Amino acid sequence: MVIRRLMGEWSARLFLILLIAGLFAAILFGRRTAQAVEIHAVMPERGGWLPGNLTAEVNVPLNLRLISDDVLHGFAVGQQPWPAVDLVPGQMTELTLTFDEPGTYTYYCTRWCGLNHWRMRGTIEVKGEENAPSFTGPGSQPPFMTLGLDLDQPHEVEVDLDRPPSADLGEKLDFTIPTRFATREIYFEETPYQFWQDLREDPGTVSLSDIEIWDLVAFVWQSETTLESLEFGQRLYDQNCAACHGENGDGDGVMAMPETGDYEPEVFGESLMPPGDFTDSQKMLGASTALLQGKIMRGGMGTGMPYWGTIFTDEEIDALIDYIWSFQFPFSNGEL
Amino acid sequence: MTRYDLTRIPIAKALLVNRWPQFLVRALALIGFLFAIVAGLGGTPVGSRNFSIVFVWIAWWALLILVAVPLLGRGWCTVCPIPMPGEWLQNRALLGPRGKKPPFGLGRKWPRALRNIWVQNGAFALMALFSAVVLTQPGVTAVLLASFLFLAFGASLIFERRAFCRYMCPVGGFIGLYSQTAPIEVRVRDTAVCAGHTTKTCYTGSEDGFGCPWGVFPGGLVKNTYCGACLECLRTCPLDNIAINIRPVGADLSQPRGRKLDEAFKAFIMLGSAFVYSAVMLGPWGQLKTTAYAIGSLPWLLYVLVFLAFVFVFLPGLFYLSTRVGQLLAPAGRSLPRPFTAYAYALVPLGLAAWIAFSLSFVLTNASYILPVLSDPLGWGWDLLGTAGYSWTPFFTQTIPVAQTLVLVVGLAWAGITARRIAQEGNHPAAWRQAIPNNLFCLLVTVGFLWLFVG
Repeated sequence: MVIRRLMGEWSARLFLILLIAGLFAAILFGRRTAQAVEIHAVMPERGGWLPGNLTAEVNVPLNLRLISDDVLHGFAVGQQPWPAVDLVPGQMTELTLTFDEPGTYTYYCTRWCGLNHWRMRGTIEVKGEENAPSFTGPGSQPPFMTLGLDLDQPHEVEVDLDRPPSADLGEKLDFTIPTRFATREIYFEETPYQFWQDLREDPGTVSLSDIEIWDLVAFVWQSETTLESLEFGQRLYDQNCAACHGENGDGDGVMAMPETGDYEPEVFGESLMPPGDFTDSQKMLGASTALLQGKIMRGGMGTGMPYWGTIFTDEEIDALIDYIWSFQFPFSNGEL
Repeated sequence: MTRYDLTRIPIAKALLVNRWPQFLVRALALIGFLFAIVAGLGGTPVGSRNFSIVFVWIAWWALLILVAVPLLGRGWCTVCPIPMPGEWLQNRALLGPRGKKPPFGLGRKWPRALRNIWVQNGAFALMALFSAVVLTQPGVTAVLLASFLFLAFGASLIFERRAFCRYMCPVGGFIGLYSQTAPIEVRVRDTAVCAGHTTKTCYTGSEDGFGCPWGVFPGGLVKNTYCGACLECLRTCPLDNIAINIRPVGADLSQPRGRKLDEAFKAFIMLGSAFVYSAVMLGPWGQLKTTAYAIGSLPWLLYVLVFLAFVFVFLPGLFYLSTRVGQLLAPAGRSLPRPFTAYAYALVPLGLAAWIAFSLSFVLTNASYILPVLSDPLGWGWDLLGTAGYSWTPFFTQTIPVAQTLVLVVGLAWAGITARRIAQEGNHPAAWRQAIPNNLFCLLVTVGFLWLFVG
């Protein structure tokens, strides 16, 4: 009887030990074979993306399990066609990415999650063989560098406009733009002010007033874009820029640093500057398209302006600049 | 009232007396419990994809409140893994008694002043204050579960028997209260047999089993509240005098013996908590949710005050007034002792109905999380059963409000019948009038719940 009881007791103990050991062995084994990378999104003040750096292999699916630990965030990979996904707190968003080229890719938050939203960036280092040698993805030299532009130099000019330049009026003027001015390079490399000066010095414009020449400049600038590009640029602007630069481009977005300077440095940073005012003619007419492209790509280097070069494609940056110019040169049909 | 003793069925009795079936279920439950702790601490923090949240607060809770408590009373306590490690150490055995060694530990008696369920009342109220976080954050759930395990273990080392289950467990407290409604009971067949049995092995233990772990003498049982249905008495009784009866539902509620103020307050705490939970978790008030979630903040402290005042002052106060008005309506019925405590037992079926109705909504809405979590319990990207990709699908959303209404109406009717029976204990023909204000109180509470659920 006693022996039977002892046998029963020891059997029970053995069973329990095996059960507990099996449980933990299964967990440890399972941990090793986990198939997904878990990324947590928290407000940048608390860490941003965790982890902020990932590695992947070319043509090997990267399974991500995205979790927001606080507020609504969004996830997108820069310069890639995959649509952004929302990360709703308390839910898990699963995503599989397959990169077909090696390189360093940037993922970023697409929702205005807080004052430092734009700091939410992470990188994915993709290793492996190149599929297409002509690939000019992340890492190629941007135009502002080949042109040797100093993005941080002040570029204000003295202009006195009693009304905004009008492309409509410029088009109606009895004046043909000399062919030497009608080039893409002029639009890209010269500032509107430089172009205005070129036109002013042209003998054919003697009969035109200063503001009429500005109308011509507006017409040329508008000729370089399309309504579709402007609409695309506006969408990008509203999603990514308006929170700081303002919906109307005047630099007073909801996330803009208070002008009084009464702000918390640990939140805004120590050396931030107010966002650029795209309605400010003195500054904007002294900036070239190439300069704006550079500022967008490189960012403000400590001013609070994030870099977008690893996120936006060239087409997106072009559309964005077209839209930014519309704050100086309103599109003629007035639909935007 | 008629009863059917399950132990009359030989195979049923053999299964109940044999320790292995119960041990196997408890061991598996312990594994599940430990896994819930590990998952909470090491798994994904997304509650809907973590075993600890989905299996504890959806699967287990659904089984407990929708099935185990209404049908089996203390059935969960029969297989609960929480006291197991401490009890095994105390008993120096996993199965039956081995030799005559004394129990391990200090073996102290539980303090006399605390031999009631006030500690359990306080523990449940405390847990309820943090519920918004506990129910959604796997890490917090894990800490709570682990603290249960450690408390039960520590209590076994210091006190005799299952002090944690009997006096401390916040879950056991309300299971005990609502088990009075269950159609099953552990009782003795003949109290005279117990009276004549000098050694009382059901309480002291024998070589066949341990003395009642809950510190209850089965011969004196009149209601389910403090019987943990551990089945030890079935094993230790040498006179075959223990019965597992199938009985009419709610049989204990009309039992005048053993009514106590702490149990009455448990009824208020449960009813009030169900109301606040429903408002916070099912209601449209985002600010209330945020406040309940913002542990430690000033608004949360205000929420705590309002919650405690509602549960411990407002509801009992209103009920006290209704009881007083009832006594004025039928003065002859004043022979009923401690009417406030007595009538509070009418809230037991209403409270259970409220909890079932509340649970129906979130259990049916969120039950589909069980499938993906079965395949990927830690949220690590596994797909063990091929169900990891099963998307969230709420079940029976159209019928939930109907079911909730029906359950609440049944609860209200049951409460009304119970209150009337209690009133008639006063042995006066007009005593039923005394229950009218209490019935109105229950009606008011039911309307409040209906407003929250379907209003």
